[in-house]
Amino acid sequence: MSDVAVRAKGLSKMYRIGGPQENYQTFRDTITRTISTPFKRARDLLRGQAYGASGLQEEIWALKDISFEVKHGEVVGIIGRNGAGKSTLLKVLSRITEPSEGYIDVYGRVGALLEVGTGFHQELTGRENIYLNGAILGMKRHEIKRMFDEIVAFAEVSKFIDTPVKHYSSGMRLRLGFAVAAFLEPDILVVDEVLAVGDASFQQKCLGKMNDVAREGRTVLFVSHNMSSIVDLCERAIWLNRGTIEETGSVTSVIQKYLRQVASSGCVDLSIHEGRVGNKAILRELQLLTDGTETSTFRTLEQLTIKVTCQFTESHRSISLGFVLKDQLGSRVFAAHLNQYLDASIPEPGVYVFSVSFEQLSLSPGGYSISLYLGNGSFDFDIINEAAYFDVVWNPSIDLLYPPQAKWGPLFAPLAWNIVNNNGEYVR
Amino acid sequence: MTSITESPPKKEIQEKASETPLPHLRIEPSKGWVSLKLHELWEYRELLYFLTWRDIKVRYKQTVLGAAWAIIQPFMTMVVFSLFFGRLAQIPSDGVPYPIWSYAALVPWTFFATGLTMSSNSLVGSANLIKKVYFPRLVIPIATVLSGAVDFVLAFIVLIFMMLFFGIVPTSNVVFLPLFLLLAFVTSLGVGLWLSAMNVQFRDVRYTVPFLTQFWLFATPIAYPSSLIENETLRAIYGINPMAGVVEGFRWALLGTDTAPGPVIVVSTIAAFVLFISGLFYFRRMEKTFADVV
Repeated sequence: MSDVAVRAKGLSKMYRIGGPQENYQTFRDTITRTISTPFKRARDLLRGQAYGASGLQEEIWALKDISFEVKHGEVVGIIGRNGAGKSTLLKVLSRITEPSEGYIDVYGRVGALLEVGTGFHQELTGRENIYLNGAILGMKRHEIKRMFDEIVAFAEVSKFIDTPVKHYSSGMRLRLGFAVAAFLEPDILVVDEVLAVGDASFQQKCLGKMNDVAREGRTVLFVSHNMSSIVDLCERAIWLNRGTIEETGSVTSVIQKYLRQVASSGCVDLSIHEGRVGNKAILRELQLLTDGTETSTFRTLEQLTIKVTCQFTESHRSISLGFVLKDQLGSRVFAAHLNQYLDASIPEPGVYVFSVSFEQLSLSPGGYSISLYLGNGSFDFDIINEAAYFDVVWNPSIDLLYPPQAKWGPLFAPLAWNIVNNNGEYVR
Repeated sequence: MTSITESPPKKEIQEKASETPLPHLRIEPSKGWVSLKLHELWEYRELLYFLTWRDIKVRYKQTVLGAAWAIIQPFMTMVVFSLFFGRLAQIPSDGVPYPIWSYAALVPWTFFATGLTMSSNSLVGSANLIKKVYFPRLVIPIATVLSGAVDFVLAFIVLIFMMLFFGIVPTSNVVFLPLFLLLAFVTSLGVGLWLSAMNVQFRDVRYTVPFLTQFWLFATPIAYPSSLIENETLRAIYGINPMAGVVEGFRWALLGTDTAPGPVIVVSTIAAFVLFISGLFYFRRMEKTFADVV
């Protein structure tokens, strides 16, 4: 037997999505269409085609001709922007949806964790939900029974184990859900971005558990936007871009290339980001400028302006725009919200441009990303993770003997040093 | 991080793994009419058990009357039928008191109708599960219909009390009762398979189902005896509605009416299995699109 755990060959997945709706021209058209469509649909239905599939031309290849191999015991990170096909790949791997072309050979039992607490029922108690969720994830009853105490201990809900889950806090529900999944014992574990939820200590715990799983020699395929957890867990990474494999190799080199490539120009059209909330307002465009010029490369201690264009479909009495700067590994460096600084409102629907400036950008050289948030403090209207990437390079006009290095950390501040000897005299 | 902790015992596990060959699976697009994969359904029998158990458990949560609903529905229908069809319209009831005669039919009917209604909505109701986890999707409608068995048992207990009240002693034919129940189950699931798979893509089904069950209720000899149809051949054709066979079978087994299973039950059984097996195949064929469309 070979040591291959997963082998994908020419794997493709096509979705048909609704094309632009035709406008009904006349009342007569409307009527004839209303009458004829059900028949057309009934015909499609009997042929086994997806809803309205035949009339629509728009085909989206979520995955196109993907081939790769994962060996037993390998921990592989899958990275890429939103809509690159990461989740589709996991769905095909876990057999939730069928590929359109190509195949995957899987050697071993696959356990998929695409969501925490799938199938939890609000009315059932924690105990009952553990059994139900375990069964849904493919565990046998005796397996769950054997690990029941461990699961409860890991989730830290022993006191409430016989309380209906609807009375749980969201954190407890999350912990319970993850705990069940954490005790799955598949040969190949497929994990989507489930670790992105919950508080920091819970995330740490989950990462720790994932580390254990990886160290037990199990094969893990792991999707995340958080580069630092990918670096921590994985040895190898696959970078997906628009449904194809852009790069595969050691985790550090792939991530570096990934971050380099996505660092685009200073102006980003945000409409390419999919799957957003955006019903009351939407983030349209992001510009990064230094002294009025668009760019994606900045110098330490120079000016950086973030300009965000938003479209509002209704007026808002209070509004907040926030941004987060993250470093190469996806760790937060700095965040700020408009409503920390002032009360703002949107008097009438329309397009508005928000801008905010760092007069002196206190970042050391390295790659950074900026994420955007639009909301009113209690409701989120739109969120875009890692909307744009930019580089910071050293500013030669800062008078230092040698510049800081990227691995020292993201912050840079001009400093005043002095040295005093035993007698309190200045040496320098 | 890893360097501080103990070195991983990877080697051992890999070696152990290579001793027993791991199961191999090829994930590829399915073509044409797919196999039913019933063995896989058998592997997932525990999930079927848990889902049935969940459906039973949460069935009457947060209702005031709780499981009494299982009895109220057929019982009140029986009262209305007895009043209008039995008393006012004087519809014959095979020589048995009309109330128990119609109730004996309403018990399997309610099992069938509830199973059909709930299973047709079951896939859409479990959309979240379907999008996030793999398992044979057949488990969902099967569990839904099975969970109706609890309602059946409760309604059946009332039927027993009514038989005591009317002093009716079941004949030895009662041993065939489970077969008629099975027939009701197969029919319910058969229709449920068709409707639930269609409902994934066409939410029209949701509006069709109440109409369908109502129509079907009157197409089944519940309020009236099938003996109203005098022509033997016509009555056999009537058996194309499998519920006709079920209902008359129930009356024959429990009340000793003169509706012994003849050509009707044969036609009914064939019709039920055609419905069921075609439903299975249709369901399996549509299954691959569920996660994308639901």
